[in-house]
Amino acid sequence: MRHATPAIRRIYNRRRRLNRINMAMSALGMGFGLFWLAWILFTLVRYGFEALTWKLLSQSTPPPGSDGGLLNAIVGSVMMAGTATLIGTPVGVLAGTYLAEYGRRGWIAPATRFINDILLSAPSIVLGLFIYTVYVARVGHFSGFAGALALSLIVIPVVVRTTDDMLKLVPDSLREAAIALGAPKWKMVTRVSYRAARTGIATGVLLAVARISGETAPLLFTALNNQFLSHDMNAPMANLPVVIFQFAMSPYDDWHKIAWGGAILITLSVLGINILARLLFRQRNS
Amino acid sequence: MFLSSAFRRGGLALLGVLTLAQAHALDITGAGATFPYPVYAKWAEAYKTASGNGLNYQSIGSGGGIKQIKAKTVDFGATDKPLTREELDRDQLLQWPMVVGGVVPVVNLQGIAGGQVRLTGALLADIYLGKVKKWNDPAIAALNKGVALPDQDIVVVSRSDGSGTTFIFTNYLSKVSAEWKDQVGSDTSVRWPAGINGKGNEGVASYVRQQSGAIGYVEYAYALQNKMAYVQMKNRDGQFVAPNEKSFSAAAANGNWKAAAGFYEILTDEPGKASWPITGATFILMHKTQDHADHARVALDFFSWAYAQGQKAALALDYIPMPDNVVKLVEAEWKRSLKDASGKPLR
Amino acid sequence: MNSSRHSRAVHGPHRRTARAQLSRLGDALFENVTRLFAVLVLGTLLAILVSLVVTSLPSLKAFGLGFLWSDDWDPVRDRFGALVPIYGTLVSSCIAMLIALPISFGIAIFLTEMSPTWLKRPLGTAIELLAAIPSIIYGMWGLFVFTPVFSKHVQPLLIEIFGPLPGIGRLFQGPPMGIGMLTAGIILAIMVIPFISSVMRDVFELVPAVLKESAYGLGATTWEVVWKVVLPYTRTGVVGGVMLGLGRALGETMAVTFVIGNAQRLSVSLLAPGNSIASSLANEFAEAVGDLYTSSLIELGLILFLITTVVLAIAKLMLLRLGRLEGTKS
Repeated sequence: MRHATPAIRRIYNRRRRLNRINMAMSALGMGFGLFWLAWILFTLVRYGFEALTWKLLSQSTPPPGSDGGLLNAIVGSVMMAGTATLIGTPVGVLAGTYLAEYGRRGWIAPATRFINDILLSAPSIVLGLFIYTVYVARVGHFSGFAGALALSLIVIPVVVRTTDDMLKLVPDSLREAAIALGAPKWKMVTRVSYRAARTGIATGVLLAVARISGETAPLLFTALNNQFLSHDMNAPMANLPVVIFQFAMSPYDDWHKIAWGGAILITLSVLGINILARLLFRQRNS
Repeated sequence: MFLSSAFRRGGLALLGVLTLAQAHALDITGAGATFPYPVYAKWAEAYKTASGNGLNYQSIGSGGGIKQIKAKTVDFGATDKPLTREELDRDQLLQWPMVVGGVVPVVNLQGIAGGQVRLTGALLADIYLGKVKKWNDPAIAALNKGVALPDQDIVVVSRSDGSGTTFIFTNYLSKVSAEWKDQVGSDTSVRWPAGINGKGNEGVASYVRQQSGAIGYVEYAYALQNKMAYVQMKNRDGQFVAPNEKSFSAAAANGNWKAAAGFYEILTDEPGKASWPITGATFILMHKTQDHADHARVALDFFSWAYAQGQKAALALDYIPMPDNVVKLVEAEWKRSLKDASGKPLR
Repeated sequence: MNSSRHSRAVHGPHRRTARAQLSRLGDALFENVTRLFAVLVLGTLLAILVSLVVTSLPSLKAFGLGFLWSDDWDPVRDRFGALVPIYGTLVSSCIAMLIALPISFGIAIFLTEMSPTWLKRPLGTAIELLAAIPSIIYGMWGLFVFTPVFSKHVQPLLIEIFGPLPGIGRLFQGPPMGIGMLTAGIILAIMVIPFISSVMRDVFELVPAVLKESAYGLGATTWEVVWKVVLPYTRTGVVGGVMLGLGRALGETMAVTFVIGNAQRLSVSLLAPGNSIASSLANEFAEAVGDLYTSSLIELGLILFLITTVVLAIAKLMLLRLGRLEGTKS
């Protein structure tokens, strides 16, 4: 044993060195990620904070040179994201339930899971293009409802995937216990599985809401934009991301300012939803 | 008894007022070109306070505007690229110019201020064709005696997205260079033979600002707001002119506007000593026969209000209003060609 | 109502059979309703595919397969080819994955193995917030803030260091414009890091503590535990995370549109502007006049859709094979 010591020590040192280097690299990676977050947030605060006034929330988008805010865009964004979530959540939860609870045999579940993963990563601009060809081009006009439909196509796969994943995490022993007590399967699913997976599914829905709140690409050819405050889902509808896009690309300083105000608004609210959700879930879980 | 009838009467009166107000406040919708969107929006705001009628203009692009008016989903369409007489006749459309804008070549050369560099159209085409590659090329130097042109590569910047700005610019190059016309042609987006492409005016402007030795083209408003170094261009009459209100108006006034041809006129390379050669109008499209005469009347009221009252607002945003002689032609054409469903003239 | 029936049902055999029938009916109903929605999801993909194929028929007929390898994009003469945007989409996503993969791995290791417990949650949340930032914000920030810094301070350095090298030097030629394929790749990397790293972290945390502790007990270093115990155990999950990131990178529109340069030209240099399929669509669709132009753009969308589908299919098949290998080994 003693004879082997230097060799072993060499190996030991090498292992330790490799470990140190790799751990340092991983800490660096962490720093790398935080660095971008800090930089982006700093930029938003620097350019957007001064634009964040009551006017921004209470008035509609102005022509250049006039006073105004983003009220119409905020209302449009909320209405479309809300509608998309209302459409997408039940569809996603039910489809996900089938995958997790009934999908252990047959071809439908594996096929759907496969397709759903593709939809999950489907480029959002293609979803917008799809709604354009099947809905907008047919009815002949852009509308808030078309925008909501395009967004719901983003919500559905997210919810399907999380529902599937979360239900699968529910231990079979729980299910067996429920069945053994004589509960029918649907009751077992709604009472036992859903209850156990509730938090996870809700996280999925919230993730989906956060994702669609900032989506621009699917709205470009569907909801379009509207200069005025409108509650009509059947007409073109203003929304934050498209307004930000349009205003940021314009030559006018006051439009730039509103664009940065919109940018910080949309980022803060999305981040806010995220953090709030986390806090609530943590409280419920503990 | 008395009270209730009084209420009823009052209620009826109130109802009458409400319906009256409803009948009066009409919202008209238009869609199309993005280039004039800021000024249409500005006019819409002012017109709403003046008349109570709203205008909802959607800037979906000229292509979209043409599609939407053909499908009759909007009261009027707007396009930067005018339709030809044949295209107008096919869909029974009337077309007229609404406001004028200029396209300005801008450069980024160290120590060289706005207006110092002079170019001719043919030379600009050669630069964009990639044939003239250096700023100190003899052809450029010959036009710019006394200007210290650097021994530097020219970085050519153009628009990547489809836009009316590109249409006006390439239309001009096609008029002044046969080679450009053959090789590239003119449209809202073309196959650029050289250089890099930025998205929107902002994209082009930021490339030009960052790249020493760059040349690009942007809308007048953009060059002005960003204080970019513009180029003086030699116009058809052989004069070097700077881009400004006067030279744009001159080009617009000298345009060969013929109502009969559907106002198909692209204001590039116009005659006149003061004319800026890369000027273009943006156009409105309406159906000659209007199913919704009330909407059409409000739309026409809006346009004639804009011609008369909207000039200041347009100038403030660096758009050039149509000259009076053109406005008269347009309003006469409205009287002649626009009819309601029963064939009665609208104005 | 259900609970009252439930409590009554316990009392007699009658109730029990009625209940059994009811629950069978409920079961059948529930299963069929959920299946219906699953099939609906299944059908969505088919619907997207069919609608895109139908609307791109004019361009499919006009250009045939040549559309795929033609670099022509000439709206004036109505000649279109998809090579440039396809190339740009693949290259920018590859750059993004090359950067994002090791960094996400590092972040996941840091969060699961190194970080003090009290820091885990805030740091993890911070990284996930990076994912919550809308892509248009990345685009604005990329164009107005990141690009100037990058072109002034980083790109000249890259050109100086890598430019003269044989082979790889060809990737770093041209003026430092700030905007281009590399910038798009970096922004994409920042955008997908949170996706990949949070999936990795989640699956790393699924590794039973017993496994890790026994490895540590044998004297393994943290790295060895990660490399030899955690990673093999969580391989499928890791690939899943990467897949998620790649899918997002391929189809990302707004952020890329702001910074890729949108030039319909093929260039080897990563510093040169290029174009991606998604940004071509965002740029040109609204202003496209003419059926052939529009349908060519829609065909681009179809190609993008097919590319993501193929990438995901390959990833899934790899997963299946990995799973089988694991099965034969043990």
